Amino acid sequence: MSRSTGKGADRVFSAVMLACALSIFGIVLFILYILILRSKLSISQFGFKFFTRSAWDPVSGDFGAFPFIYGTLATSFLALLMAVPLALGVAVFLTELCPEKLRAPISFVTELLAAIPSVVYGLWAVFVLVPIMRDQLGPFLAKYFGWTGLFGGFNFGVGLLTASIILAIMILPIISSITRDIMLAVPISQREGVLALGATRWEMIRMGVLRNARIGIVGAIILGLGRALGETMAVTMVIGNHPEIPKSLFAPGYTLASVIANEFSEATGDLYLSSLIEIGLALFLVTIVVNAVARALVWAVTRGAPARAH
Amino acid sequence: MGANSLHTPPPPQESAISRAPIERQSRRVRLNRARRYLWNHVVTGLAILSTIVVIAPLVAILVYLIYKGTSSLNLAFFTKIPAPVGEPGGGMSNAIVGSSIVLALASVLGIPVGIAAGVYLGEFGRGKLLAGAVRFTADVLNGVPSIVMGIAAYALIVVEQKHFSAFSGGVALAIMMVPTITRTTEEMLATVPHAIREAAYGLGVPKWRTVLSVTLKTASPGIITGCMLAFARVAGETAPLLFTAFGNQFWSFKLNEPIAALPLQIYIYALSPYDEWHRLAWGGSLVLIVLIMASVTLVRIYANRGVLKGAS
Amino acid sequence: MGVGIDVENLNAWYGSTHTLQDISLNIPANHATALIGPSGCGKSTFVRCLNRMHETNPIARATGVVKMGDVDIYEDANPVEIRRRVGMVFQRPNPFPTMSIYDNVASGLKLNGFRNRAVLDETVERSLKAAALWDEVKDDLKKKSGASLSGGQQQRMCIARALAVDPEVLLMDEPASALDPVSTSKIEDLIFELKRQYTIVIVTHNMQQAARVAENTGFFLNGKMVEFDSTHKIFTNPKDKRTEDYITGRFG
Repeated sequence: MSRSTGKGADRVFSAVMLACALSIFGIVLFILYILILRSKLSISQFGFKFFTRSAWDPVSGDFGAFPFIYGTLATSFLALLMAVPLALGVAVFLTELCPEKLRAPISFVTELLAAIPSVVYGLWAVFVLVPIMRDQLGPFLAKYFGWTGLFGGFNFGVGLLTASIILAIMILPIISSITRDIMLAVPISQREGVLALGATRWEMIRMGVLRNARIGIVGAIILGLGRALGETMAVTMVIGNHPEIPKSLFAPGYTLASVIANEFSEATGDLYLSSLIEIGLALFLVTIVVNAVARALVWAVTRGAPARAH
Repeated sequence: MGANSLHTPPPPQESAISRAPIERQSRRVRLNRARRYLWNHVVTGLAILSTIVVIAPLVAILVYLIYKGTSSLNLAFFTKIPAPVGEPGGGMSNAIVGSSIVLALASVLGIPVGIAAGVYLGEFGRGKLLAGAVRFTADVLNGVPSIVMGIAAYALIVVEQKHFSAFSGGVALAIMMVPTITRTTEEMLATVPHAIREAAYGLGVPKWRTVLSVTLKTASPGIITGCMLAFARVAGETAPLLFTAFGNQFWSFKLNEPIAALPLQIYIYALSPYDEWHRLAWGGSLVLIVLIMASVTLVRIYANRGVLKGAS
Repeated sequence: MGVGIDVENLNAWYGSTHTLQDISLNIPANHATALIGPSGCGKSTFVRCLNRMHETNPIARATGVVKMGDVDIYEDANPVEIRRRVGMVFQRPNPFPTMSIYDNVASGLKLNGFRNRAVLDETVERSLKAAALWDEVKDDLKKKSGASLSGGQQQRMCIARALAVDPEVLLMDEPASALDPVSTSKIEDLIFELKRQYTIVIVTHNMQQAARVAENTGFFLNGKMVEFDSTHKIFTNPKDKRTEDYITGRFG
């Protein structure tokens, strides 16, 4: 009697749990569906050229998203350029070189900083980073590196470089902590094997740890890229929001996420809105692919150990 | 001592590396070794340097935020709504209340679904392909920019209702909470020793009962911690609220109207030209940071690193 | 040729645990010396003190004198150099999975700055031959990864890898315990050959193995060295009762 009730209740229970689990698929599919549906107008109007042309004139109804793609890619890659070497350095330090007592406080601080909301980073960037860029860092770079052609034009403090810097600061913790996890997953036997051949400590790290971890480290970097591509608030607050391809690192730019954040609630007209939603669709698809690739790489190295729910 | 070997040793072979004592080895080998030791020190130095370059500014940011924030906070901050433009003395109480309302709604919608999905992954789906796919999708979903969730909530609710609302904001945040809570719940359930489950089954308790009364209860501190982390994470999110909750300069308690939210107000005030509003933005940031610091610290206390790699 | 090792009053700790107490012995050159004893008696810690691997653990400490020939390995030499001269083979084979067989064996040489193809080729071949693995892998040297070999082959490759940097001593910490009997006997045959050029120290749980390959044997118990003598003597007429109890299987 009670057993059959148990079995029936069991079935109902597991069905409910399953339904909730499937809701995750549902969420993804729903987002995809609604984004495609509402961007149909823009897609039918501009086709794929939408992403290759530069135009953004709400008044005349002419939209082309290329400047945003450029801005997103430029800030993301610049941020990676700055963040990856530092993140790897921190990961190596924390895993292999750090004295035991310092390890907990330093990794705690990094965790804390990974948790600070984007808008707070943006606030700090607006009132601290922008003045530094405008008054100190900018003129310094223009003076000594102006010959590269990257630092021309007016420098108001907001622009591509400032946005890249704050972005680098924000993606650094995630790259560093996942790299750490991967390095810790390399067995001690590998480290000892290299040491026993007569290797210096750096050689042991290079040959025994980093070499084994390299696939996962690539995954960590790609995860950082995924984060950078979609980062919205802090970037919006310091990039200048100008829908043109920046000619120098000081010039203002625009990213896919920023244009949505800035203009969505004011968008008048169906085509305008549809174009913005199409940009959202692109952002959605790109970040899904990038994150899927990254997660697969990290999983391959850590063999499905629980991933960070970042 | 030992028996002598009866073999005569074979003639010494040419070897690449000399067995001579270090001083008598070739100059090339000695230079090479010196180079290796130097390089070792250089790299160690670089690693330390990069840690300093990273940690020092980040700590400086944190300290600056706390400093600016505390000097901005006063009682009025928590009790008053924003004063008319340019006038001093306002507060962000409506934003704090508004955030609370939206977050409460998001939690009510998102936490049960998230925990249930985590229960499925942890208790019913172990080893199944479907569970693996759900897990992977949850991880990938966590990487989608939050503004996309805002668009989805906008398209689903705001467009139909033809106005911004707290409800749409809550839905957007709930969508963000689900994958996070799913993963942390699953991880926490995995820490429950199998013996506990088996003891319950052995007593004839049906599976659904075991999960609810035994497994979940055992894992509940960790699961609650995971929910707190997800909560703290979405508490700071601005982008999904930009065109759902939209923001409100006044008190609002209705789910059907635009509502203020703390991160949203910080954003608006930060970009405004008024010093007074900047002050409020710093204060609001401090409130957010304290909330986040509290939850990160609690996670650290509750679960050690290998057990809960939760959402931060 | 190999070199002898003199150990005087070696003490070792892991944290506050006094793992080795006042060990003194002499390991003769070009001989195989076996170290036997029950689990946890300190024999692994002992060999790890011989190539300064013990100190790589942050809570580990050691005092005493270990001399390789005339060189005090703790006072007079750099651990990097010592670890090259005192090779080690571990209980579980640890090939480098991201490298081919060739690269595995050559890895130590590359660390020491040798880039010349001819030198590397010659050394890899010579080392693999010394480890009795050459014939089995000579066609796949660069094609197969180090981890794709069988357990016994992996261990022999690890031996070849250790030999490639021309050590004077070879430490083997239960090298065959994870292997099947056929591989085990292959490795034991290997030790016979290697004795001629190197000094071998082998930690083993298997007393028959000690009897087969080693001229001298030391019996460790609870961090102390109870008895050290020729293998024949230890196994037929031990001086200490505890040694006799262990060999006859009364404990451990």
